[in-house]
Amino acid sequence: MSRSYLALFMRFVVLVAAQVLIVDHINLGGYISPALYLLFIILLPFQVPGWFLLVSSFFLGMSIDIFSNSTGLNAAASVFVAFVRPAVIRGVGAPADYEGHLNPGIPDMGAQWFITYSTVLILIHQLMIGILESFYLSEAGTILLRVILSSAVTLLMIVIVEYLFMRRKR
Amino acid sequence: MRYILAFIWKHRFFFLFLVLEALSIALIVNKSYYQRAVITNMTDNVTGGIFNTYSSITGYFRLKGENEKLAAENAMLWQTLKEGQVTTDTATIYLEDTLNRQNYRYTVAKVISNSTSNRNNYIMLNKGIRHGITPDMAVINPQGIVGTVVSVSQNFCWVMSALNKHAKVSARINRLNQMGTVVWQGSNPRLGSLTDIPVHVKVAKGDSVYTSGYSYIFPEGIMVGTIENIKVREGEHFYDIDFEWSADFNSLTYVYIVKNLFREEQVELSKEVIDE
Repeated sequence: MSRSYLALFMRFVVLVAAQVLIVDHINLGGYISPALYLLFIILLPFQVPGWFLLVSSFFLGMSIDIFSNSTGLNAAASVFVAFVRPAVIRGVGAPADYEGHLNPGIPDMGAQWFITYSTVLILIHQLMIGILESFYLSEAGTILLRVILSSAVTLLMIVIVEYLFMRRKR
Repeated sequence: MRYILAFIWKHRFFFLFLVLEALSIALIVNKSYYQRAVITNMTDNVTGGIFNTYSSITGYFRLKGENEKLAAENAMLWQTLKEGQVTTDTATIYLEDTLNRQNYRYTVAKVISNSTSNRNNYIMLNKGIRHGITPDMAVINPQGIVGTVVSVSQNFCWVMSALNKHAKVSARINRLNQMGTVVWQGSNPRLGSLTDIPVHVKVAKGDSVYTSGYSYIFPEGIMVGTIENIKVREGEHFYDIDFEWSADFNSLTYVYIVKNLFREEQVELSKEVIDE
C-alpha cells in the first residue's frame, strides 16, 4: 500500500506542475481556464479512505492556489468535489468488485463510464469556481458560459491524458 | 457527550468536509493585508523560484517582440530630449531646474507569472521588498496601465491585474475632459469598461482614455485604452462604455513599477479632510 501512496504523491506533483507551468499558460481566449489537476481526484482508487480523499484534495487545491494567488478558491472547489465523489460513483454505477484493485480509470471501467463520471465531477468543480470567484448575480450569464467552455476543455484534456498515460490491462 | 462524539465519528466524512470547506472559504473571504503578507512570505520563495526558472526559459521566445517594443519606446524618449528639439525661443535655457521635482520613480520588473482567463487575475513580478517595492504601487508598460501591487515578499510581488473584479482606476477621456472609473466586467480580456460618464457629453468611438492622476497610485496621462462600444440604457444617466485595453495583457513581459514619491503625504492629507 505504501508504494501506491508514493505513486499517488508522484502523480500529485506532476499534475500540479503540469497545471501551473503548462495548462495555465495556454491561451484559449478569455473564457476558458481548464483544470487538468482534477484528474488527481478523479483517478484516486475506489478503496481510498474518506479522510485521505478529502485531505489530499484540500492540499491539491491549496497548491494550485499558492501558485495562482487565489487563496482558497481551488481548495474549496476541490474539497467539494472530493465530498461528492462517493455519491457520484454510486450514481454512475459502482463496480461490483469494490474490494478488489479496480481504479476509476478507462482500463478498468471503460471509456463510457469514465467520461460520464468525469463530466459530472468537472462540471461540479467549475460551477463551484465560477460561483466562488464572482458573487455577482448580474454576471450569471458570463459565469455559465465560462463554466461550460472550461468544463468542455477540461474534459477533453483529461480524457486525452488518461488515454496517453493509462496502463493497459494485462 | 458520548452520543455526540459517536454521532460525529459516524459522520466523520461529512464533518471533515465541513472543516476543510470552511477553512478554504475563510481563506477566500478574509483578505486582510497581514494575513496575505504572511502567506505570501511563506510561499513566494518557492513559487517565485519556480516561476523565475520557467520564465527565464520561455522568455527567449518573446525577445524579438520585446526588442521592437523597446526600440519604439526609445525612439519616443529620444524625441523628448533637448537634442531632439529645435529651440524656438532665443532666451537662455536654464538647465538647473528648481521648478520640477521628481514625482514618480520607475523600476523595471519582469513578469514571471500571469493569467487573463480567470475572473480575478494576478501577475507575479520578480521585484520585492529588497527593491523598494511596497503595496499600492502602480504597474504600467509602454503601452498602458497593467495593475496595482497588492502583496510583496523579499524578492517578488503579486500585482492585481486590471483584469480583476476589485480593480478600479480613475480615468479621463482627454478630448472631453470627462472623468470616469475603469473596471473590468470579467467577460472579455481585450475589453475594459468605463463607467460614470454622464450621457449629456458626446462620446465618440476611438476616443482615448487616460489615467486621471487623481488616485495617488497611477501617474496622470498613462494610456488606458481606446473606446470601442458606446451604449445608453433606457432611463440611465451614465453610458455603458467598452474600450480596448492599450496594453496587451496576454503578452506582458517587462513592466514598470511606479512609486508615487508623494503618496504618503497625499494620503496623510486626505485623512485629515475625511476626519473633519
